[in-house]
Amino acid sequence: MKDWRYWLAEQRGTLVALAIFALMFTIYISNHPAGLTTNVAQTAANKGTLLALVAMAQTLVVITAGIDLSVGAILVLTNCIASMVVTGNAFETTLGVVFVLFVGALCGALNGLIVIYGRLQPIVATIGTGAIFFGIALILRPLPGGTVNETLADAMTGKVFGIVPASLLMLLAIVLVVWLPFCSSVIGRAAYAAGSSETAAYMSGMPIRRGKFAAYTLGGLLASIGGLFLTFFTYSGQASSATASTYTLLSIAAVVLGGVSLFGGRGSAIGAIFGAFAFRAIGDLMFVFDFDALWQPLFQGVILLLAVSIGALGLWRVRNRLEWFG
Amino acid sequence: MIGAEALFRMEGISKRYGGVRALEKAELVVEPGRIHAILGENGAGKSTLIKVMAGVVTPDEGRMVLKGDDVVFAGPAAAQKSGIACIFQELSLIPDLSVADNIVIADPPQRFGMIDRKAQRRLAEAALDRAGAADIHPAALVKDLPLSRRQVVEIAKALARQPQILILDEATSALTAADVAKVFQVLKRLRQDGMALLYISHRMNEIAELADTCTVFRNGRNVATYANGSKSNDEVVEMMIGREYHNVFPPKPPAAVSDRAPALACRDLSWAGRLKDISLSVAAGEVVGLGGLDGQGQRELLLAFFGVLSGLSGEILIDGKPVTLNSPAAAKRGEIGMALIPEDRKTEGLMLPMSVRDNLSFASLDLLSKASVIDSAAEQRRNEDMLDLLAIKTAGLDIPVGALSGGNQQKVVIAKWLMRRPRIILLNDPTRGIDVGTKQEIYALLRRLAADGAAILFYSTDYDELIGCCDRVLVLYDGAVKRELKGDEISEHALISSALNITGNGHSLREGAEA
Repeated sequence: MKDWRYWLAEQRGTLVALAIFALMFTIYISNHPAGLTTNVAQTAANKGTLLALVAMAQTLVVITAGIDLSVGAILVLTNCIASMVVTGNAFETTLGVVFVLFVGALCGALNGLIVIYGRLQPIVATIGTGAIFFGIALILRPLPGGTVNETLADAMTGKVFGIVPASLLMLLAIVLVVWLPFCSSVIGRAAYAAGSSETAAYMSGMPIRRGKFAAYTLGGLLASIGGLFLTFFTYSGQASSATASTYTLLSIAAVVLGGVSLFGGRGSAIGAIFGAFAFRAIGDLMFVFDFDALWQPLFQGVILLLAVSIGALGLWRVRNRLEWFG
Repeated sequence: MIGAEALFRMEGISKRYGGVRALEKAELVVEPGRIHAILGENGAGKSTLIKVMAGVVTPDEGRMVLKGDDVVFAGPAAAQKSGIACIFQELSLIPDLSVADNIVIADPPQRFGMIDRKAQRRLAEAALDRAGAADIHPAALVKDLPLSRRQVVEIAKALARQPQILILDEATSALTAADVAKVFQVLKRLRQDGMALLYISHRMNEIAELADTCTVFRNGRNVATYANGSKSNDEVVEMMIGREYHNVFPPKPPAAVSDRAPALACRDLSWAGRLKDISLSVAAGEVVGLGGLDGQGQRELLLAFFGVLSGLSGEILIDGKPVTLNSPAAAKRGEIGMALIPEDRKTEGLMLPMSVRDNLSFASLDLLSKASVIDSAAEQRRNEDMLDLLAIKTAGLDIPVGALSGGNQQKVVIAKWLMRRPRIILLNDPTRGIDVGTKQEIYALLRRLAADGAAILFYSTDYDELIGCCDRVLVLYDGAVKRELKGDEISEHALISSALNITGNGHSLREGAEA
């Protein structure tokens, strides 16, 4: 009878992110000289999708109460690899795409193994592996360059039926094929449980290790899809440390904006997608209002802090002050 | 004596933690269709026994036999597969998942590799119904439920696994009387269905109503098994105590009568349903004990005095004057002069990787510094005084405190607060897990501090300590002071019977046992 209320409470973070995105995007469109044309939508979708993929990757790890600081480096590494192998005829291109995805999943799996069996804190483990992934990218592509199958690239960044941005359809497909199965499987639930209370999950006999391993591996896979997209936009590969660190930090911001708890156990990748799009829309606002681009980080930071402060309001109700630290 | 119908048997189970024997050659026979109560004091080995049965703890020796076959449990999952479900004292629910998610967590219904949400919902509703809690919504998040409802969910979760043996470890401790009545109906029905139930509780009236068989544990061993109703409460309490009594306590001075206002007092102190109208006073020079079972509000009471809890109602008085303390920083200030020796030295007392020197000085940096710069000569002097005073054995002031033995770590925690020369000292079970020699030194120290004019409020789970150290003992039950014991009234009988809240007439109980 009151089912919808529980649903609403569960989806609150996602809905807040959607609302922020809708607000920002409406302001953006209503002030855009061209209005909502298919081209404006396409550009916004492509920029948003790239961050959304990395944010989804981050979400998977954050749900287990971990954090993946190598996510930007996986993006850059797979970008460099894609600029070498995703080329040639249809068969060769397909093999190349599969290889890129495999490398991404492998990077994620490595993170997972180190965290689970090495018992290292995720933050330390992924700083280390991130440096290694970036180092490999540098060796593979000391200078920007490379090429990509342009037919595929244009198809993935273009429009379907001249209206719908292909990147959005791609994102939808990934949600359907990767995210929804994950969060409705036993493995996914174990990942949530491990993030919420690892002791209770263990005492309940849950497959904690498999859950965490799947989260890290799928995180790597999603980051490599991001790497493919980056290659499709730029037609080339570049081992850029700025790209790696920017996307790592923005992924965390998008995740937080998307209502995913950094303490683990709560949130959804769909929220993170809206968080990513909202974050991009904030950046675009600067553009339509003719602000200097130099103001963008400051403005994004203020919006992020405001959004996150709302989530911290609950701390004022705590009656045992020791819980502030718990 | 072991019937052929025994469903589960434990034979010669032993378990050591470090030097402490938690279980020593313990035996237990579990039969189907019966409710078997396990009794014993805090630390008698009940919890360890349960953990062994549930696969959480691996025993050092002994065997377990389920339906005639030897079994070894590699983990909780293995024990669950064998049909043993356990409801622990510390809840095992995942706070961020829904009630339904939690109930089916061990083995969710699946279709095409995905969790079937509709089937999950049906299972959860059925399990909640069996647990007598159909009013709990399966979609509610566990963390939004009050503690008593969570415990019912915990029971539903155990039932959803269709266990052969259901273990309830203090499962009713957070329940209201109405909930308890419902749970009892459920348990009696399960007994009729042929399930074996193990029921661990400190509430004697519950055991009297529910159990078929009772087993008493003491010092890690089962000392007696009897049919419920065949022993009087006196006899049961007698069996639970029966320990050797070491005279390790310093003599108590005669009770001094003073007309000065008590150093520490409170009136009608209440907090969040966990503390209920507590009034007490501690005079300078007095050692007052807090007794009762674990978790009856003792810890919260000490935290309330020390400024950690917000939203208190009632009054806290220092030297007869009402004060408002909003933080430990306020409570330790000069004119108040309060110190709290916390329960868990590893998280609340010490910074383990930092040096003995740093740890000793943390609470008194304001006294050791001039214009915010630490006077290292003064620090050195005061630290050395403390090492001498408490006879702390350490290779030096600069080694990490984590490298010291447990007893010496505890001395550092105490020394850290004594450096401030507090007038009011609160102690939360300060001798848990440390050796007898150090305990003895701490007892002597407490007495010396009291003689020098400190007011001491001392919570202990060890009845001997309360008897040996305290001038008065307040026994807490369910957040309220149940009984005040003075001088010769402080005996194991009086402490245990008032802690268990058996009857209002602890007096006649004591006489009965001595007769």
